[in-house]
Amino acid sequence: MHSIPSVRTYVIIWAILTFMTFTTYAVAQIDLGPWNIVVALLIAFFKMMLVILFFMNVKADSPLTKLFAGAGFFWLILLLGQFFVDYLTRSWMPEGQMW
Amino acid sequence: MADTHSTVEEHSAHSEHSPYLRHHFDDMAQQFDSATLGMWVFLLTEIMFFGGMFGAYTVYRSMYPEAFASTSAHMNPLWGAVNTAVLIVSSLSMALAVRAARIGEQKALQILLLVTIFFGLCFLGVKAIEYHEHWVDMKVPLIGGHWDYSEAPQFARQAQIMFCFYFFMTGFHALHMVVGVALMLTIFVMARRGTFSPAYFTPVEVSGLYWHFVDIVWIFLFPLLYLIGHTKKII
Repeated sequence: MHSIPSVRTYVIIWAILTFMTFTTYAVAQIDLGPWNIVVALLIAFFKMMLVILFFMNVKADSPLTKLFAGAGFFWLILLLGQFFVDYLTRSWMPEGQMW
Repeated sequence: MADTHSTVEEHSAHSEHSPYLRHHFDDMAQQFDSATLGMWVFLLTEIMFFGGMFGAYTVYRSMYPEAFASTSAHMNPLWGAVNTAVLIVSSLSMALAVRAARIGEQKALQILLLVTIFFGLCFLGVKAIEYHEHWVDMKVPLIGGHWDYSEAPQFARQAQIMFCFYFFMTGFHALHMVVGVALMLTIFVMARRGTFSPAYFTPVEVSGLYWHFVDIVWIFLFPLLYLIGHTKKII
C-alpha cells in the first residue's frame, strides 16, 4: 500500500480527462484526412494512461504490479502487431505477385 | 509498500492480527498487494478479450473504409461524448470512494459508491436510448435481421459487419457495466455493514480497478465507433 493521493489530484485528473473528451469530439468535426484517427487514438491513449496511473494508482503500486500491468499491454501490442503486419500490408503487393 | 498501518500489523502478525488477514499472508500489506496483483492478472485477460475485438474491428475497417465511414451517419457522437463524460465522472467518484475507504470516512464512502452506481446507470440508460434509436432506424443486423440500408445500397452488406462489431463491442462493454453496478451494490452493502476500515478495504480497491478498466475500454470505443465518419480513407 502507499501514500494517499489528495482529492485535488483526482479532481485535476478528472478535469483533464473531461477536457480531452471535448477536444477529441471537437477535433473529429475537422477533416484532417488520415490524421483524424491518429489524433483520436493518441488522445485515447493519453486518457488511458491518466486513468491507469492516477485513478487506478498504478503509479504507487508495487513493482510487480507495474510489471504485470505493463506485460498486459506488451501482449496486446504483440496481438495487434501480428494482426496488422498481416492484414494491413496485404494490399502493398500487386495482385498475383504474392511471395 | 511501507505504510502507516502495515508496520502495526507486522509486529502483531501472529498474536492479535486483523480478523481479515488470511493465514497464508505475512501481513495486511502483503495480502493487499497480492489481491491487487491478482486483480491485474484478471484485467490482463480482459485486455486480451477486448483486444481481439478491437483487432478484428480494425482489420475489417481497413478492408471496407468507405462502408464503415458511411455507417457513422447513424451514430450520434454527442451521445457517445456524453457517455464518455458520464463514465469519467463515475471513475472520479470511484477513485474518491477508494480514497474515503482508505482514510476510514464511512459516510463519504457510501455516498460516493451510490454516486458511482448512479452514473453507471446513467451510462446504461443512454446506451438503451441509442440501441432503441438503432432499432427504429432499422440498423440491427443481428437476431432476425432488423436491417435496412437503402440509403447506400452499395455498402449494405459491409455496413452490416460494422453494426455487428458495434453491437458486440458496446454490448460486451454494457454487460461489463451491469456487472460493475452489481459489484458496486455489493460493496455498498458491505460498506453499510461496516466491513471496511483503513486496515481492510481490499474489496473496494479491486472493484475500483475493475470499474476504471471498463472506463478505459469505453475511452477507446468512443473514438473508434463514433468519430470515424469525418474522414473518407481510414488507416
